Amino acid sequence: MLKLPENFESYAEARKAGFLRMKDWKEKGGNVVGVFCTFVPEEILRAADAVAAPLCATSEEPIPAAETKLPRNLCPLIKASYGFALTDTCPYFYFSDLIVGETTCDGKRKTFELMNEIKETYVMQLPHSRSEAALESWKGEMIRLKEKLEDFYGIEISEERIKKEIRIRNRERKALLGFLELGKLNPAPVSGYELGTRLDGLGFNFNIEERCAVIEERTKEVYEDWKQNFEGKPSRRPRIIITGCPNSGVRDKIIKTVEELGADVVGFDCCNGTREKVELVDESMPVYDALAKKYLNINCSVMSPNDSRMRYIEEMLEEYQADGVIEIILQACHTYNIESHYVKETVTNQGKAYLMIETDYSQSDKGQIGTRLEAFLETIEK
Amino acid sequence: MDHPTETIYYVGIDIGSTASKTVILDETGTVDSFVLPTGWNGRETAQAIREKLEESGYARRMRCVATGYGRICVDYADKVVTEITCHGKGGWQLFGKNVTIIDVGGQDTKIIKVADGQVSDFLMNDKCAAGTGKFIEVMATRLGASLEDMYRLAEAGEPLAISAMCTVFAESEVISHISAGEKREDIAAGVIHSVANRVSNLASRFGISGDAALTGGLCASSYFMRILSEKLGRPVETHLFARYAGALGAALTARKLG
Repeated sequence: MLKLPENFESYAEARKAGFLRMKDWKEKGGNVVGVFCTFVPEEILRAADAVAAPLCATSEEPIPAAETKLPRNLCPLIKASYGFALTDTCPYFYFSDLIVGETTCDGKRKTFELMNEIKETYVMQLPHSRSEAALESWKGEMIRLKEKLEDFYGIEISEERIKKEIRIRNRERKALLGFLELGKLNPAPVSGYELGTRLDGLGFNFNIEERCAVIEERTKEVYEDWKQNFEGKPSRRPRIIITGCPNSGVRDKIIKTVEELGADVVGFDCCNGTREKVELVDESMPVYDALAKKYLNINCSVMSPNDSRMRYIEEMLEEYQADGVIEIILQACHTYNIESHYVKETVTNQGKAYLMIETDYSQSDKGQIGTRLEAFLETIEK
Repeated sequence: MDHPTETIYYVGIDIGSTASKTVILDETGTVDSFVLPTGWNGRETAQAIREKLEESGYARRMRCVATGYGRICVDYADKVVTEITCHGKGGWQLFGKNVTIIDVGGQDTKIIKVADGQVSDFLMNDKCAAGTGKFIEVMATRLGASLEDMYRLAEAGEPLAISAMCTVFAESEVISHISAGEKREDIAAGVIHSVANRVSNLASRFGISGDAALTGGLCASSYFMRILSEKLGRPVETHLFARYAGALGAALTARKLG
């Protein structure tokens, strides 16, 4: 019999519903693995009949609880995620059988040690470069993850099954990319706010077929509306690409604000955008080689050097016909913060405007951020 | 006062965190300007400015652009524009060339690159009071000195190290200097140097293109100008009207509205 958290009765309705949904899923025999990062190969989790529950938190609420154990000067995403784990307020963490972490940034890497005291947290050792040796070691990590899951669930995972999951996930990547790349149309057919919110929402639907169907339908609907009503009528609103850290926790403060100020957010170079989706897993290669190759090529700033991100941004500027780039740095994210030097160079070399905003999940800098966004758009309008 | 009815006045109002600046232009040049303390209520300040504009007859036919932190408080403005764009336009008018404007204000510090009359890039230090006028204000209170006294004291002193990155902690550092019996002059010099250091680091990291020019409240202090120029290792210029750069930029924007 699965138990709900002690304070369950005091939770708000939406949170209660989330818990009950997860409880129901588990009672029907569903395996749940909690993950934080796109570097974790969902194909292998799915091959273990497990769904990947996204644990990246976007709320300010559990941060004070997290700060009883973690330093204040740490990334808000890490603090919020750990805070939810600590306070039993996230149904996905609470009902996860196992957490699979990865050694992306130092903040997460060390927090996983503390997290492991709450729930078993298995950590994949992600190399931070793209050398032959790194690829080999990352392939080993793919195999070790498979073995861990076999051991944990007492099952066997065949390569055939992984192959099947690779095909399914590739199809999903294409569907999501199709939606996100609607932003290439001019005028923008859909707000950046919607692109982001819809994608986030999908993460909590564990039926991948349904996920694809929902997003393909919306893509079609938006495209047809654009074709009928907006094609050939380019707008004068500045077109903006968002880059940097995951932005769901600051979407209202930055993305919504910049759109209200008269710009269109058309593209997302970030892990909750197109970054993980632009490269598919090669279906013709042996599975572990294919997975290792694909997942090592994700353009996260933990990779050093990370030139491929700069090339991708250059491509995006052109394909999305962008006027400017806003880079979002979550407080204390050193790798993105330092890499912003190259991003700025890349963007300004193309003659486009660049703005970097360092922020956290609080509302304390809402006013100042508004002013900066407004000024940024004024420099584009000229 | 008698004003020909056909004259249109272009009014720029810059409601800063500490002081509110107003500049009035006509078609040919600057007609008038004044400063009022912002106080605690931006709306009342905006109202007080309006009364002054009415008294002087400028309000009869005016186009008005508001800028600064309190820009939305100016409910009679025809347009609001951020202080960054306004400082850029005002700075271009005052200095007449490509400059990097360093605006040390009461609440934040802005570095604004101006090329061909437009803002090409900017950086805002807005997370922290260190390196702003507010820092000097807080420390002056602690030393029982007015702002003018601060600069006078500092000029006569040898700077003590004040290294805390945060105004609150730096205040503790100042208090420990006071209780250690250090000279007020030396502490004051330490405070000014600390602000100049922060501003100079910010500007250097961002990069300075063209000449460096200081606007905002601190440009009134020749001592601060000198120290900042030393830290930057390059001349820093200013203009008698530099305090009004934001308001001037707003007024110029108003003139463009027609």
